[in-house]
Amino acid sequence: MNILVCVKQVPGSNNVEVDPVTGVLKRNGIASKINPYDLYAIETALTLCEKFGGSVECITMGPPQAKAIIEEAVCMGAKYGTVLTDRKFAGADVLATAYTLSQGIKKCGDYELIICGKQTTDGDTAQVGAEVAEYLNIPNVSNVLSIDEVRDNRVFLTASLDEKIVELSVSLPCLISVDGDINTPRLPSYKIKKTLTDNTVKFLTFEDFDDQNPDNYGLTGSATQVERIFPPEKNTQKQNIDGNFAEQSQKLFELLKSEKII
Amino acid sequence: MGKLVVNKKLLNPQTAEAVIKLCPFGAISYENENLDISSACKMCKMCVRKGGGLIEFIDDIKEIDKSLWKGICVYADCVGNKIHRVTYELCGKAKELSKVTGHPIYAIMIGHNIKKNAEELLHYGVEKVFVYDDIAFSEFRIEPFTAAFCDFIDKIKPSSILVGATNLGRQLAPRVAARRRTGLTADCTVLEMKENTDLVQIRPAFGGNIMAQIITPNTRPQFCTARYKVFAEPKRDKTPHGEIVNMEVTPEMLVSAIDIIDSKNKPKDVDISEADIIVAVGRGASGESICESAKELADLLGGVVACTRPLVESNLFDAKHQIGLSGRTVKPKIIFCLGISGAVQFAAGMKSSDKIVAINSDASAPIFDVAHYCVVGDVNEIVPELIKKIKGDA
Repeated sequence: MNILVCVKQVPGSNNVEVDPVTGVLKRNGIASKINPYDLYAIETALTLCEKFGGSVECITMGPPQAKAIIEEAVCMGAKYGTVLTDRKFAGADVLATAYTLSQGIKKCGDYELIICGKQTTDGDTAQVGAEVAEYLNIPNVSNVLSIDEVRDNRVFLTASLDEKIVELSVSLPCLISVDGDINTPRLPSYKIKKTLTDNTVKFLTFEDFDDQNPDNYGLTGSATQVERIFPPEKNTQKQNIDGNFAEQSQKLFELLKSEKII
Repeated sequence: MGKLVVNKKLLNPQTAEAVIKLCPFGAISYENENLDISSACKMCKMCVRKGGGLIEFIDDIKEIDKSLWKGICVYADCVGNKIHRVTYELCGKAKELSKVTGHPIYAIMIGHNIKKNAEELLHYGVEKVFVYDDIAFSEFRIEPFTAAFCDFIDKIKPSSILVGATNLGRQLAPRVAARRRTGLTADCTVLEMKENTDLVQIRPAFGGNIMAQIITPNTRPQFCTARYKVFAEPKRDKTPHGEIVNMEVTPEMLVSAIDIIDSKNKPKDVDISEADIIVAVGRGASGESICESAKELADLLGGVVACTRPLVESNLFDAKHQIGLSGRTVKPKIIFCLGISGAVQFAAGMKSSDKIVAINSDASAPIFDVAHYCVVGDVNEIVPELIKKIKGDA
């Protein structure tokens, strides 16, 4: 079974901040590590291939530096991977990102299963997977907790659906998003790292895609637009709740009411 | 929808370096007298606003006729034939938004034998509930639900659609938005309406320390999701208003590659990382009676009880209740820290919680550095008293 895993390079730290005076973003939002949720997706794919044969391939969209996370995935056991990179992809929202990925995936050859992580730690939208599936016209299932079996060209899954646990089977090819914590991702192998070559990571640009209309990519292909960014209201107002224990508990009680918890 | 253009007249190594420094995402590079913006660009437009005119934003919007799209629509999540409460919250929000544009409030409901549920929505200000009812909709499968949703969009042409960020909504909304090539903003925390019917969507972005204000200026419908308990649930009107519109379900809608084998309700297992309300106890509250009180308080608030590492080590709690670097990370709406000193290892696992209430008799405990509400006092007195008040209120 050939499996494609969608991965993303995300900032190493979540502490992106806006300077409250100048309104300038403090410069630490540079992507540097593999999205932690993607590690579970890679592990899921590797485990499946060990069981059913086949190979794992990874794909990402990002700047050329995103090569680093593909290499990391290869060190975990993926066969190779692709970086979709082009200035035309800049400023993409969910819609344009998913479209670009779907165009890239079409260039990645035959696959039976696409696995995504639950969400990224920088965008946190958990939407790209479902949109990719739509563009590829294949079924998708999110919040997959386990892959129980693969037979008769179907994959048998258990997934979480709000209050319910659902067992289902889906015909291949399909796209799934796995929950975090469903396995323990393996560590990258140093031995493989020494074997990496220039051919480990493939780069695809706009010119390589079937759809040559630049309006479908990047900012132009995006439907949403960021009007402004601003720092959230600071939580620095520390509030002391004073008095004797009866007064203190009364104030806590009122707090719970105003927070609509009771 | 617009692009960044480099003003070549202003370009020199100095101005280039200045904008390279400005970009928080390292997306700008300067080589061979050419300024390049890579796909790392997040369109924060910092370079436009602070770059002294070197980079300009050119809007090339192809105008659409927004007046063709009318109505604010709520997706009524009713998996298992029970309306998810986030639906009511969104109805309340839709009502607020409709005051600006005067648009009608709609709901779309997909399921089986859901007439009662649809009628219930008429108590929440919805003017028309569009119902897709078929046995094939009794369990959620992505393709039939997407097909019904798109049918609704094509026939009714709503301007904005609000979807609850449930497991279901987070699959359905992107799938529908992609099919109709329109924008979707996840997990909005603030929604406002412009007079030109643009929905203003505000959400935490780039990891959470920044808020982004997002619009979908030139496609319709505008899609957003919002999490449960972000907006307030409105009061139920005693008398229903509005009508139920039964929509035709065609066989083409029901095609699916997915077979449901089994579907059962989740056992009520503790997962503190998913909890919205947490009562956490530490060594200063490890007496048996206060542990009982903590559990009682958690039950009353509909939350879960959690603890620090020492309490796991002394076998008072199972390890899956532990918060901190060696335990779980939690981000509830509110967390009570009872008798917790607040070591950094603990704080690392909970400091992004929305509201942190700390009760500790030691006024110098580090927990008070991260807490929003600081209560210096005896947990053994305050907690039982608080429980009494909550019970009296019920």
